[in-house]
Amino acid sequence: MLRIPCPCCGERDEAEFRYGGEVPGSIPQTDVGDEAWADYLFARDNPKGLVHERWCHSHGCGQWFHVVRDTVTHRIHAVYGVGEPRPVVDCSNESQADGGR
Amino acid sequence: MSPSQPFRKSQGGRIDRTRTVAFRFDGRRYLGHPGDTLASALLANGVKVMGRSMKLHRPRGVLSAGAEEPNALIGVDWGSGNIPSIRATLMPALDGLVAQSQNCFPSVNFDLGRALDFTHRLWPAGFYYKMFKWPSWRAFEWAVRRTAGIGRLPDGTDGTRYRHLNSHCDVLVVGSGPSGLAAALEAGRRGEDVLVAEQDMAFGGSLLHDSMAIDGAASDDWLEATLAELDGMDNVRLMANATAAGCYDHNLVTVHDRSAAYRSDGPVETFHKVRARRIVLATGATEQPMLFGNNDLPGIMLAGAVHAYAGRYAVNCGQRVAGVVNNDFGWHSLLAVHDAGTPVRAVVDTRGDVERELLDAAEERGIAVHPGATPLTAGGSSGVRGFRFVAANGTTKQVDCDLIAMSGGLNPTTQLYSQAGGKLRYDERRHCFVPDKDPADLDVVGAASGRFDREHGSIVRPCTVAPVPTSRQWVDFQHDVTAADIELAVRENYVSVEHMKRYTTAGMAVDQGKTSNLGALSLLAQLTGRSPGEVGTTTARPQFMPVTMGAIAGNRRGDFYRPAKRLAAHDWHAGEGAVFDDYGAWKRPAFYGDDRAASIAREVLAVRQSVGFFDGSPLGKIEVKGADAARFLDRIYVNNVLTLKPGRVRYGLMLNENGVVIDDGVFVRLGEDHFLVNTTSGNAERIAAWLEEWHQCEFFDMRLVLSNVTSQWAVATLAGPDARAVLQSLPGLIDLSTASFPHLSFAAGQLADGAPYRLQRVSFSGEQSYELSVPSNRAASIFERLQAAAGPGKLVPIGVEALMVLRTEKGFVHVGVDTDGTTNPLDIGFGAVVDRKRRDFIGARSLARPNDRRTDRRQLVGFELLDRNASVPAGAHFVTGNDGERRSEGFVTSACDSPTLGRTVGIGLIEGGFGRKGEEVLVYDSGRNLPARIVDPCFYDPSGERMRA
Repeated sequence: MLRIPCPCCGERDEAEFRYGGEVPGSIPQTDVGDEAWADYLFARDNPKGLVHERWCHSHGCGQWFHVVRDTVTHRIHAVYGVGEPRPVVDCSNESQADGGR
Repeated sequence: MSPSQPFRKSQGGRIDRTRTVAFRFDGRRYLGHPGDTLASALLANGVKVMGRSMKLHRPRGVLSAGAEEPNALIGVDWGSGNIPSIRATLMPALDGLVAQSQNCFPSVNFDLGRALDFTHRLWPAGFYYKMFKWPSWRAFEWAVRRTAGIGRLPDGTDGTRYRHLNSHCDVLVVGSGPSGLAAALEAGRRGEDVLVAEQDMAFGGSLLHDSMAIDGAASDDWLEATLAELDGMDNVRLMANATAAGCYDHNLVTVHDRSAAYRSDGPVETFHKVRARRIVLATGATEQPMLFGNNDLPGIMLAGAVHAYAGRYAVNCGQRVAGVVNNDFGWHSLLAVHDAGTPVRAVVDTRGDVERELLDAAEERGIAVHPGATPLTAGGSSGVRGFRFVAANGTTKQVDCDLIAMSGGLNPTTQLYSQAGGKLRYDERRHCFVPDKDPADLDVVGAASGRFDREHGSIVRPCTVAPVPTSRQWVDFQHDVTAADIELAVRENYVSVEHMKRYTTAGMAVDQGKTSNLGALSLLAQLTGRSPGEVGTTTARPQFMPVTMGAIAGNRRGDFYRPAKRLAAHDWHAGEGAVFDDYGAWKRPAFYGDDRAASIAREVLAVRQSVGFFDGSPLGKIEVKGADAARFLDRIYVNNVLTLKPGRVRYGLMLNENGVVIDDGVFVRLGEDHFLVNTTSGNAERIAAWLEEWHQCEFFDMRLVLSNVTSQWAVATLAGPDARAVLQSLPGLIDLSTASFPHLSFAAGQLADGAPYRLQRVSFSGEQSYELSVPSNRAASIFERLQAAAGPGKLVPIGVEALMVLRTEKGFVHVGVDTDGTTNPLDIGFGAVVDRKRRDFIGARSLARPNDRRTDRRQLVGFELLDRNASVPAGAHFVTGNDGERRSEGFVTSACDSPTLGRTVGIGLIEGGFGRKGEEVLVYDSGRNLPARIVDPCFYDPSGERMRA
């Protein structure tokens, strides 16, 4: 059960949030090919390590925002607003990236 | 009855000898003292057999003195029910307690189930994969279900109150042995918020029976002083009878608190969700058994447990003790037991190089020592009578004893550590798995970290399979897994630790292998020529100890399990004779009256012939307002939103990005920049959240706000040829004539009494129909006024079931019923609408994929059964082909016995359905094949004249 720092409300329990999955790429134009469209719809990186994902503070302020989370250690490195540029995350001292489960 | 407690020592122990408690075990009355566990009190009374093993029903005595206990699992009557599989080693002996042994008939001392043991060759590892196959599993299921499993499920209402509590602290210390208390003291003195969770009823861990010097003081004095100091700190909370059961992300630990579970005036169990900045695991280590023949006899115990019963509870577990050990910790326990007055006759040590110091200590006490021995077998059948072993010189010897105290070494208790993400390392020298890489914000201290106090630097020899082919050597006591079972698993190539575990079920019993996992994987390692480190451990998952289901559920039971949504006019409906049912989260009238079928038919005919009244309040109502509201909704709906004029209503479909229909309903243009979106009743919250997500995450540059006003407005739907006349009699409404208020119109205003209203002319029944919205708090009064206006008995209330019949007759789609997770708008006949819209909308691109355009997709059609008197339920399949190669081409999604048409009609999805009108198919249901004809889905008033009248 994570503790998630909502940009509006501060750190709150995961139970107050809704998960929105990995931040997808931007929506392709309608003339995009079938394969590229399938890629947009279904393909996700699912990395071992840092992932950018969407969360909504659904039982709080109702805002959607982005979280940078390490899927190995579950450490949350940054949160940022939808539409904002991806923050640079320094994980050089994450030598234990493989040390978790 | 033996109230004299013959095996109680005359002095010592941490029991309150000034008071006695009386309890019953299997109907017999026993006495004990406050401070006793059920196990210690039974041992004091000479009760040796406390349970029967799960599979073979072998008699079993208590093995341990703690949480790891695999044998002494008992049922306890408390509160209003029976709690099964309580560890007698942790259960306080309470006055008035009634407990029973489990898994035995007629009694724990004579159990007919033992027949399974005498035929044990029939039940090797994995027997259930090999037997019970002919003629089929079902032939055996009844007998197996009766035989398998232990304990009795509680019946009746659970009288215990369960609650959840969230706690926060700087430091959570799990375990209150010397290391845990020292950590708590240190943090407490620093002024940190400290929580100590101890699963035992008393604090102190091993100090409760063992003594040593701590900080230059005797451990008894240190314990007393430490507990007093911690007690005096406001920032420290000590919880006994509280088991840390699971460790989760970001330092969340669940603690099952039973401190009030045995109160006679309303027992309470508390499930704490503790969020700790730092976790200190002082969970200690678990002593492992030794492997030899018949090592499961009652009277064979862990050496540390014999020590605990002697020291903490002043109980003599036997008169003549033989020690079987492979490490110094076992020696320490045996010497302490001897000194406490339980004579140890001999120590059989598998190591040839026993330390001089220990040999001297044994000689001083007159204890025979047999170093370098190979344990063979314990004598006796329901108790211990002697122990045989092969001495270092190769001769077979026998020790006369009535108790065997064994010690296979310590293994750190690391379940919570692993759950927190910690990594374990195999320690060759001490033959155990020790913490290696601590996760962030977690420390392991004391024995749990692999630092054992009683080591004297000597090694522990892994258990090996002793050469005793005739007697069985138990690895997992509770699940009756023997060394031979593991050998069989290896022979059949289950050589991964995960496969071996599942095939033999070693470590899968209620005790989760606390005393068997290490033994099983060591054997596996030995038999496959690997080291235990290479074999590895299985993953320890929550819960560390069984937690009652009630504690996990908390107060989310009964009415709180899933709180029902009630209509604003719920009581009014009840007064009208409504029978309520669950529709999504809502309790809604299914029909009115006693006879379900007759009521539904009466209500349907009322709508078709005069006028019916339906409470449509749960209908989703979402307002969209702002300069870009129209542009936003045009992206959301398949349908054209831009061309809709204010005051007009349009039907629309919503798709997900994959082109699948997720909701439908009408939308209203209230003003140039203001819309009202209606959703399916069960979908209001989901669609509101979905729209919000699209607005915030993708269309965030569009200027608009979304507001879910579903519960603000109650909706009275009047449908039928007389609907207009009844509604028009409500003072203050606009002129409802079709000329001024045609089908798909909207109006808003104030009724004569000042109540605001919203009115839309839409129809889900196929009749002339009006949906009147009023503020929810006026629902019942407006319903009454409508009824009064119509005249006595004229306005017939109809339930959800009648509405479903009405819309099925009309062939109107119910999204989620007539569609599934693969249905696109083309499949339900909206291809023309899709193709007309030139602009992008959610799901549009997916509809251009070849697969979405296939003509043999499942498409929505109607069907009539050729036999006018037959009926089928939804879910029946459309089948083709001969008996040998029958194939389903689709299924019935909605069907009803139509009161209007006097026959069964329905709609369904069938492959290539649009091109098959008029074709005859078979509808298969419960062994019957009913001929049916595919027709247009609209069975009633296809031109829509009645709706627009």
